[in-house]
Parts: sequence; structure tokens; C-alpha cells
Amino acid sequence: MKGRASFGWLLLSPGFLWLVALVAAPLVLMIFYSLSVKLAPGTPWPQGFTLAQYRRLIDVLYLRIFLRSIAQAGAATVLSLALGYPLAYYIARLPKGKRERLLLLVIIPFWTNFLVRTYAWMVLLRAQGVINSLLLYVGLIREPLPLLYNEWAVQLGLVYTMLPLMILPLYSNLEKLDQRLLDAAHDLGASPAAAFWQVTWPLSRPGVFMGGLLVFISAFGMFIVPDLMGGSRTVMIGNLIQNQFLGARNWPFGAAAALALTVVVLVLALGAERAARLNGGVKP
Amino acid sequence: MKRNWLKGYAWATFAFLYIPILILMVLSFNASRISSVWQGFTLAWYIKLWNSSLLWEAVRNSLIISVATAVLSTVIGTLTALALARNRLPGQIIIEALLYLPVVLPDIVLGVGALVLFSAMGIKLGLTTLLATHVGTILSYVVVVLRARLADMDESLEEAAADLGAGRWQTLWHVTLPILAPGILAGALLAFTLSLDDFILSFFTAGPGATTLPLRVYSMVKTGITPEVNALSTVLLLMTGIATALFAKLTGDSAEKEST
Repeated sequence: MKGRASFGWLLLSPGFLWLVALVAAPLVLMIFYSLSVKLAPGTPWPQGFTLAQYRRLIDVLYLRIFLRSIAQAGAATVLSLALGYPLAYYIARLPKGKRERLLLLVIIPFWTNFLVRTYAWMVLLRAQGVINSLLLYVGLIREPLPLLYNEWAVQLGLVYTMLPLMILPLYSNLEKLDQRLLDAAHDLGASPAAAFWQVTWPLSRPGVFMGGLLVFISAFGMFIVPDLMGGSRTVMIGNLIQNQFLGARNWPFGAAAALALTVVVLVLALGAERAARLNGGVKP
Repeated sequence: MKRNWLKGYAWATFAFLYIPILILMVLSFNASRISSVWQGFTLAWYIKLWNSSLLWEAVRNSLIISVATAVLSTVIGTLTALALARNRLPGQIIIEALLYLPVVLPDIVLGVGALVLFSAMGIKLGLTTLLATHVGTILSYVVVVLRARLADMDESLEEAAADLGAGRWQTLWHVTLPILAPGILAGALLAFTLSLDDFILSFFTAGPGATTLPLRVYSMVKTGITPEVNALSTVLLLMTGIATALFAKLTGDSAEKEST
């Protein structure tokens, strides 16, 4: 038995070392940075000890960015559920061959580069973009509407880029739904609406949960969409972090913000896993 | 009746997903430089792209990084998955936690973390740092794919090999790995695609000399929305489409084989 364990650790060691060096060590380092006063002048090393970076995080200015990120990620979650659930349900109820073809139509955008998907909306929304050109041509407007570079554009971009992430877990849940349950509900006199709300929806809750969690976490830490589609005033937590590291070069504060994001994400993910287990909604 | 309503809603959602991408593709052939109004068909933007040395450099860097990431994370990921599949190791929870983090944490946290690490150690940013970061993150996804495979695999084959006197390495080499091959290939393709697609990790760890394709797209988009970006996006879209179809076919085929 002992030989087996050492064989196991032998196989594990390259992966283990790589993960320690590039996942664990950076996180530990960031804790040190977040507790320092500033970077020592002219070096990339932290200097001094303080809790001020964390106090600064709850400053009204930054708290607002945090709350705005939560609100936008939350709205993206709800909207992509509203758009994605009927689509996932529709695909899941189709005959097998057709189902797989349509599923591929969801997977392709999922794999399409994030920048490209965001950029596609910039092409549509900008001042000389497709929508403004069309409206001008039809004569509905005289001047281009400011469609891009504001928080509505960011919200749209978030929903657009997150939608496949919502649909895929929903689909894999709904696909397993036993048609006989719905038939039984029908035979017992339930209307389609009643059957949906009392049978399908409760059974699909693990999928909703999983999709919602994935979308919320990804949207919350999003950088590309607000960076490209937001104006100078629409900042989410991802932009804040990026700016502290590459713009303002305030690494200690940036590290504190990144760790705050980490904690929120981990609490959500672990909490959701626990809740799923308690609900018996755990994967087989 | 209800079915029709559902169908309409579903296809409207598909339209929402695809119309922006399709318009982008169409406009990449539009002759006008600034306007979005159709001014005639041209391939000028593709020709311009083809002649851009900056772009070819980005393509080269992207391919180097994606191929190297695929190879490294598949080899390391296979070893890791094998170690975790059959054994209850002391201290296993530590590696489980380490594997979990890159999947659940936002890329931006992993990206700035790697930046801090390399800077603190005085390592100059470039292709090597980029590769190290990609492998560190993408490894976890490969392990997820392979563990799913191993869970489906019939353990009795390995036991039979052991009963017939094969050593651990012999069993691994002659029995486990050949059976696992389609999964390994799928894992490698996944790693390749994730690496090719990655922007955030590269953004923080690439440095000026190691511009990849997504980094190039980003800097082009930041300087202005031009038809060249439309053309480049279209090329990337087609590449993704092919890779996705390949991955679907690969995983679909082997799934069929298993069920027969």
C-alpha cells in the first residue's frame, strides 16, 4: 500500500510543483503585497506593513465599484437565465440528432474568442456603427445615438458573452428530465403551465443554480467587456485591479482588490457546492 | 401552440447570439474604411492583414505558446489524472484544492498573481513566463477531462494486467495509456484551444516581445475600429469553428465507441 502511495506521488509531482509555483505561490505573495504600504521605489518589492489597503477598499468610491460589479453581474445572471432557459428547454426536448446539431450552435459562440464577441457589438453600437447608420438612413434620428461606451452597453455585452455559459449547464440538466414525469402530470390533469412550475422547474433547479453561479462569477470578475464597451466612468472590479497593476502601479491596493474578488468568488463557489449537496442536487 | 411560442423564442435567442457575429463577418468584406454602410465587395483588408509582419509575429507566438501549452499540460495533466484516479493518496486534498483554484478563480486574479510572482523574482516577461502561466492554469482543465475518462474506464483491465505479472509502468504504458488515448487527445485539443483563446493571462504575463494573436486584436481594437480587425476577427471565428467541430467530433466519436 505504501508503495502505491509513493508511486502516486511520483506521478503527481510535476503537476503539484507547477501548481504550487504558479497558483499557490502567487496567491501567497499577493497577501504579502496587500499588507504592505507601497512598492519600494524603483523595485517590484513591497515595503512596510499596513491594513490601509483593505480599509481603502471599503471607501465609498471603491465600495461603489464593488457594488456596481455585483449589480451588473446579478443582472447579467437574471437576463441570461431569462434568455437561456427557454432555449435550453427547447433544445433538450428535440429528437436526438437535431438536439446535437443545435447544441453545437450554442457551443460555437461559447468557444469563440471573447474579444471577438465583444468587438462584434462595438461594430454594431459605435457612432458610425451598423445600428446608427441604419437609423440615420431610415430617418428615425438625425444624429448618432451614444449607444456604446456606457453601462447599458456593458450590460448588453455581459449578457451576450455569458449566455452560452448559462445555456450549457441548463441543457445538460434539462436533457436528463424524464418525459414520463411530464406525461404523468398531464394525465393527472395538470395544465402545461402547472406541469412546468411543479415538475420541470423544481427538477431543473440544480442546472439553474450551476449556470447562474458560472455566469455570476465570470461576469463579476470581468475585465474585457467593461474595458472595451464601457466609458471612462463605467468601471468594474476587474478594471480596477488591472488599472492598479498596469496603470497606477499601486500593486498593494491592486493585490487587496484581487484578493477581495478571490474571497467573494470562493465563498460563492464553495457555498453553492455545499447548498447543492444539501439539496441532493449533486451530480451522480 | 405553446411549442410554437417556445420555438420562436429559442430561435430569436439564436439570432441574438449569431447576428452580431455574422454582421462582423460580412463587414470584413466591405469596401468602405470608416462607414458601416455597404460600399461593395473587397478582399483588401485580408490582403493587408496577410502583408502585416506584426500579425505574422503574433500568429507565430500564438502557435508556439498553444502547442507548447498543449504538450506540457497534457503530459503533466495525464500523470496527475492517473495518480488521482486509482489511489487515495495521503494529502490528496491539497492537490485537489490546487486543481480547483484555476478553474474557479477569475483569470484576472491568476494573471496579476503571476505578474507579481515573476516581477518579485526578477524574471523578465516573455514567451517563457507566458507559457508557464498558461500551463499552470490550463492543466486543471485537462485533468478534469481525463479524470472523467478514467472514471468510465474498466478497472478490471488494469487488474488483469497486474495479475498476469505486468509491473506498474508496464500496465500504465501498455494498457492504461492506449485506452486513454482518445481522452488524452481531447485534453490536448482543449488545452490548445484554451491557450490560443486566452487574453487575460497573456495580457499580464506576456511582456512587450511576446504579443499573441488575442493581444494583437486587443491593441488593434484599442487604437480604433477598422476593417482589418473585422477581417482578423473573421479569421479567428473560422479557426474557432473548426477547432470546436473537431473537438465535438473527437469526444462524440469516442463516446459512441464506448457505448457500443
